[in-house]
Amino acid sequence: MKKLLAGNEAIARGAWEAGVLFASGYPGTPSTEILENFVRYPGVYGEWAPNEKVALDAAIGAAYAGRRALATMKHVGLNVAADAFYYVSMTGTESALVVVSADDPQMHSSQNEQDNRNFARFARVPCLDPSDSQEAKDMVIAAYDLSEQFDTPVMLRPTTRISHSFTMVELGERQEHPTRVHRFPRNAKKYVMVPANARPRHYFIEERLEKLKAFAETFPFNRVEWRDLDLGIVTNGVAYQYAREVFPNASILKLGMSFPVPMQMIADFARRVKRLIVLEELDPFIEDFMRMAGIQVEGKSIFPLCGELNPAIVRERAIAAGLLPPGSALPKASIPELPPLPARPPVLCPGCPHRSVFWAIKKLHLPVNGDIGCYTLGVVPPLEAIETTGCMGASIGVAHGASKSSGKKHVAVIGDSTFFHTGMPALVNAVYNRSPVITVIMDNRVTAMTGDQPNPGTGKTLQGEETVAIDFEPLVKAMGVKHVAKVDAYNEAEVEAALKAFKKLDEPSVVIAERPCALLPEVRKTYQPLHVDLGKCDGCGVCLNTGCPALLHSIEIHEESGRYKVEIDPLLCTGCELCAQVCPQEAISFRAQADHFGYETHL
Amino acid sequence: MEAINFLLAGVGGQGVLTASNILAEVGVLAGYDVKKSEVHGMSQRGGNVTSHVRWGKTVYSPLIGVGEVDYLLAFEALESLRYLNMLRPTAKIITDDHRITPITVTTGNAVYPERGQIDGWLRQVTADVFWVPGVSLAEGMGNARVANIIVLGFLSRLLDVPEQMWQEAIVRWVPGKVLALNQEALARGSSLAAAAR
Repeated sequence: MKKLLAGNEAIARGAWEAGVLFASGYPGTPSTEILENFVRYPGVYGEWAPNEKVALDAAIGAAYAGRRALATMKHVGLNVAADAFYYVSMTGTESALVVVSADDPQMHSSQNEQDNRNFARFARVPCLDPSDSQEAKDMVIAAYDLSEQFDTPVMLRPTTRISHSFTMVELGERQEHPTRVHRFPRNAKKYVMVPANARPRHYFIEERLEKLKAFAETFPFNRVEWRDLDLGIVTNGVAYQYAREVFPNASILKLGMSFPVPMQMIADFARRVKRLIVLEELDPFIEDFMRMAGIQVEGKSIFPLCGELNPAIVRERAIAAGLLPPGSALPKASIPELPPLPARPPVLCPGCPHRSVFWAIKKLHLPVNGDIGCYTLGVVPPLEAIETTGCMGASIGVAHGASKSSGKKHVAVIGDSTFFHTGMPALVNAVYNRSPVITVIMDNRVTAMTGDQPNPGTGKTLQGEETVAIDFEPLVKAMGVKHVAKVDAYNEAEVEAALKAFKKLDEPSVVIAERPCALLPEVRKTYQPLHVDLGKCDGCGVCLNTGCPALLHSIEIHEESGRYKVEIDPLLCTGCELCAQVCPQEAISFRAQADHFGYETHL
Repeated sequence: MEAINFLLAGVGGQGVLTASNILAEVGVLAGYDVKKSEVHGMSQRGGNVTSHVRWGKTVYSPLIGVGEVDYLLAFEALESLRYLNMLRPTAKIITDDHRITPITVTTGNAVYPERGQIDGWLRQVTADVFWVPGVSLAEGMGNARVANIIVLGFLSRLLDVPEQMWQEAIVRWVPGKVLALNQEALARGSSLAAAAR
């Protein structure tokens, strides 16, 4: 049966068909939907870990215990899991292990654009790059066989364009791979990486790499499509599709395995074509191997190094480089000259509990170090409340270092999931090394940015089972923080009072600002739009500075000030009341009053 | 045959991705190779959202190239203007006249163009510009959320695919309790197109 599947759905399907029993990951665009889809299949176990390193360790444990295992993460997640990725390359496993690293060229939702094929090379791990959903599914299955055949973890590297594109997939059946391991292996030479054991394992992985190089020459996902010999294109991943689209007559060497590359195959292909190019996204990875082998080739001299490729870029660059005749540009519609269109930047949602917290933090007039999550949008005008954002968990460490070195107080802003991810050791550091950082944990009970996944504070597992909801207050107290305040994020005055009290301290403090994400189904049921009394509104615009998308200019103008009065979009307003709390004219109704206007909640 | 390329554009929360799922499904039911591509993540937080849907005998790229869009479906008036450089000279534009004011406009940093201006610009690209009062019609039907299906219904009349395949795709993608409403929305859109021709 054929079905239209997203790349991530296909990877989940492939893992299920390959008999995977255990999966662990941390949510991160574009990888998140792999585990969400995987756990819908019968007979499998999947979980969210607090971070990617823990996820990979867990998957390694399952593979040591003889169960086919999967770890999923986005590209920067592999930075966090790099330690585990390298040691498992050294040890190998009992049953197969596949690590999915979903790269994000163009940084659609990421802080950097790293090419994780480099990680495969670094750790001597084979890397497979699917070019559509069918291949994504088939390659997962091939990866499990490869892992067992060579005693190596295998990296599958989809990109955003593969993970989030839907293409047709032929579905298969599940092949069970019952474990042959009946007790956990006692094999210190292989699994205990003290130096004396690790040294011979380095020889093992280098020898394994030589075997993999030979295998790459016959791997069926590396294939040549002979057409016209004037132009030969070596390509991989989604770039293959652009090659087919833009150069329908060119010969193509498509590499399903981007590390190690089949050098003999490449050399043979290079010999037969007149002009040879490499078409690959991001780094000149395949190109560099070809150059090192002395093959004359063009790649990044033609195509961009930064950003995602697409058919338009490939065509344009190909024409400029003389790969296509000048007349092969597509006829375009004639476009009128438009003024700059109003931008529509992503913003904190209406009712987002982070908004009131940022509003209060701004009143402290302290530098704010931010973190990775929805609350990174606190940087967008009009809030503009964040000075730095680097990677997961960086807020507290950066705030500590800046504060300790300059003697100035800093605020670190971090979400609940990010705090569990890598914020905890940084808070321990701030306590241990005594810096007066105010850490604000924006606790909305879920990992919201990636679509409200449960985390260790939620009380639910990935498979929907009830579990412990880890409570921040005793947690941070046990970590040595003496000053802890738990506040309702929707109560601006309460948040502000707690922050101002802590501003006076010269010890670390933590404000836990609680309120569930406004997008959660149970919260949606409580939406109740507020209303502006146009008789009272004087158009001062204070409420608009909250950046809430539900607040709009009305058509009425305040006579004295000449400014537009504000109205509230009843379809967007959730009734969080921040605007009502900050309105100097008390022109905005609170929920209790809103009933009088006859609005109904949208249930 | 060359692929038929649809570019869907709107604002996060408008059901752009549901509409593109249905459109892709119709292509599958009609026997085409289909690819569909979109980006999740930051763009869902009130930002602009696009989805590329391609039908063809064999479709390679999941992304449509510049100058290759046959049908632009905009679910919000301003969004109809953002991707005009992607259109083929023969493209058709279907746009909802609904306006969602961007934060840059509310805060006084940008001006939302008038409908007449937008219409004028669109008509410089192609004579085939169709305005659909999707959101207002949908509100009249009791649920603004089916505006996306009204726009799809309009498109359905411009394509050579049997009506029953559209209905089947809707059945596959829409939950049972709002199915009848969505079916009605499809029919509304379709009859609007019939009247416009």
